Amino acid sequence: MTDPTVEEFARDADAWFSENVPEDPGFMLPLTFMEVGEDRQFDFLRDWQRKVYEAGYLGAAWPTEYGGGGLSEAHQKAATRAMRKYRGPILLNAIGLNWAGPLILDIGSEEQKSAYLKDILSAEDIWCQGFSEPEHGSDLGNAQLKAEREGDEFVLNGSKIWTTQGNYAKYMILLARTNPAAENKYAGLSFFLSPMKIPGIRTQKIKKLTGEFGFTQTFFEDARISADCLIGGEGNGWKVAMRTLEYERGARGGQAGGYVSIPPDLMEIVELAKTAKRDGAAAMDDPVLKDRMVDYLMDMHALSLGNERKRMMPLVEDYPNALPLISKLEFSELYRELSEFALTLLGPKAAYYVGEENSADGGWWARSYLNAFSATIGGGTSQIQRNIIGEHVLGLPKTR
Amino acid sequence: MTDISASLGQLGISEEQVDLLHVATEFCRDKSPVEDVRKLIETDRGYDEKVWSEIAELGWLGIAVPEEFGGSGLGVGEIVPIAEQMGRALMATPFIPATVAGQLLAKAGTERQKEEVLPALAAGERFATTAFGEPGDDMAALGENEAGGFLVSGTTRLVEYAADADLIILAFSHGGSRQLALVERSALPGEALRREAIIDDTRRAYELRLDTFEVAGDAVLDPDKVEEALAHADMVGALLYAADMVGGTFRVVDYTADYLRTRKQFEKVIGSFQALKHPLVDAFIGHERARSHLYAAAHSFGDQGRGEVAVRMAKAQGEKAYAYAADRAIQFHGGFGFTYDCDAGLHRRRAIWNATRYGDARAQKRRLAELLF
Ligand SMILES: Cc1cc2nc3c(=O)[nH]c(=O)nc-3n(C[C@H](O)[C@H](O)[C@H](O)COP(=O)(O)OP(=O)(O)OC[C@H]3O[C@@H](n4cnc5c(N)ncnc54)[C@H](O)[C@@H]3O)c2cc1C
Repeated sequence: MTDPTVEEFARDADAWFSENVPEDPGFMLPLTFMEVGEDRQFDFLRDWQRKVYEAGYLGAAWPTEYGGGGLSEAHQKAATRAMRKYRGPILLNAIGLNWAGPLILDIGSEEQKSAYLKDILSAEDIWCQGFSEPEHGSDLGNAQLKAEREGDEFVLNGSKIWTTQGNYAKYMILLARTNPAAENKYAGLSFFLSPMKIPGIRTQKIKKLTGEFGFTQTFFEDARISADCLIGGEGNGWKVAMRTLEYERGARGGQAGGYVSIPPDLMEIVELAKTAKRDGAAAMDDPVLKDRMVDYLMDMHALSLGNERKRMMPLVEDYPNALPLISKLEFSELYRELSEFALTLLGPKAAYYVGEENSADGGWWARSYLNAFSATIGGGTSQIQRNIIGEHVLGLPKTR
Repeated sequence: MTDISASLGQLGISEEQVDLLHVATEFCRDKSPVEDVRKLIETDRGYDEKVWSEIAELGWLGIAVPEEFGGSGLGVGEIVPIAEQMGRALMATPFIPATVAGQLLAKAGTERQKEEVLPALAAGERFATTAFGEPGDDMAALGENEAGGFLVSGTTRLVEYAADADLIILAFSHGGSRQLALVERSALPGEALRREAIIDDTRRAYELRLDTFEVAGDAVLDPDKVEEALAHADMVGALLYAADMVGGTFRVVDYTADYLRTRKQFEKVIGSFQALKHPLVDAFIGHERARSHLYAAAHSFGDQGRGEVAVRMAKAQGEKAYAYAADRAIQFHGGFGFTYDCDAGLHRRRAIWNATRYGDARAQKRRLAELLF
């Protein structure tokens, strides 16, 4: 059988999503993978991801021997577009699909590829990320969770925190200290693909800013994992972690496709500005608000144009790495501002929160605004992003 | 829900643009080092005639002039890389007004005017500037004679490079309508032009005062095409000034980054202070946004509806980016930043001038709101 062309594939995907995007389940669905707080949300999204995968619209560009579709990135992009067009819910297994998956594909052993990739796609195995610790977040290179070698095993002791989907995960990408005596803090780190459901590993849910759950603290007490869980080689953890962050921030490709968050839709905010009333008139009639609306429209459009420009070599010659490096900072901050602006448009009705029938929007924008901080803090805070851009793009000296 | 995204500019780049970008980058860097810009500031003319004639030889004044009149017949968007690189080099040049004037004549000139004048403009043998008038200016015709000529009186301000232009395309009101006429600068009475003190020392502008000045009938542009041509000129001017601002933003961020990499205080290179590093990153991001808009405007320029939206966005974003970057640049150079010797000041002043030309961000955004919401 010959592969479908991108056009054929796109047409089929369009038809499939038009029929298969699920009905509103009657409870609030997460807008991002970091907000999966209830079992019914989890079950619903896991079913959805499996369905998308089985239809061939996830991992379409991953190799067939590991459960992928063996097609091109263009095929996957077409499927993702169709998914977005019909407003499919988010895909659940973000860390597996977008970070662990491409990492394993790129540098994992044959055994690791065969063991993990297919079940990442089908959402059979949920993955989480163990980078941040209670005492070391931005200063990731200082992570202290201990991994001591004993024969063919490592013994894990310490704690990770803000572990998204930690309570659901079967595996964790884990950054741990294998050599406390290394010449510098980075050299003592190693990277593991660690099982979660083993003796000595325990998670505890943490309630978020929004009042929902979604991440955990993860405790390690003499948990034993096989040395085969190492990826990238002992002592190379920092390099592997940096690579992982590039997948996470979208600066490096290879992700399975689909999307794992639904950003605030500018057109909905425009609509809100036209319908929300302030002082008896549409919010949009307020010249100050209208002016801000134009600003946001321009800023949003600049980001989507930037996404295209980054592929046009002549237009990125001065600082070739700039656009990929700035996009996480830009999108996360703009989404935060936009959803906050929506609250301004709501005026006094911004007083209401999720579940209140007197609210104008079901508390949607308030929750959206609060959730926006997940992206300005998670994955490296905006301040850390500015350090990185200043140092790696503009060549400014490191901050110490 | 109305879909605004269909009205927004789209990105693309042509081979001509890529070539021009590369040639212009080198040319402007070589021909307009900042020491030369500073020397030109001290002159009356304000630009280097030799460089100007080289610009003409490169064919840059005829890029968007139709081929039948000696131009290259490309789109206005192709000029953008040149204006951008001129902005990067703070180049002192009448390039923008001369280009706008050429476009105006191409759009509203009579066949005879186009045949007689356009080829010379495209080749850079002569150059024209525009006298559109600022709000409150009162250039007006007193009456029309049988030959279709006018006697014109009044004041028009901020006429760019008027004292050195060969021709001025003069706008004046007549009854309820606007007219345009091609005026030989040498025909102006001696006292007609007065150099105005403007914020941007790298440019020149003049007040033009006329008292019953006779405009011959054959100097008047096609009255039926005036409004359309003026609207077009407005877009061309806004686009090219946006390009200049994007280029300027790039340079001033670069210039400041240089300082932040070398200047030391408290035994530290000051670029390690986040109070400087982070705003400079924001300035850089402003540049990236503005540049994306700029090339979208260049690409979409000729598209119905979309072109106008894209140009106005580029102009507004260019202003925002340049103003912020240059403002912070002054601050981040400390006492040196407050001196005339620091390039940050040249940029900040040029940014203000550029902002005022063809509608500042405030005006652009008001118009955008009307167009989009
Ligand atoms: C919703 C959510 C989900 C998350 N999911 C995960 C996950 O799955 N796995 C995981 O490992 N982590 C996860 N994180 C953790 C996240 O990566 C960290 O919170 C983040 O890196 C910041 O670390 P911290 O919380 O220790 O804050 P700190 O590092 O203590 O930062 C506190 C403040 O200081 C600022 N700051 C710190 N250092 C500097 C500096 N050098 N220059 C300037 N400012 C500085 C920060 O910007 C911040 O404002 C998640 C976080 C959130 C919010």
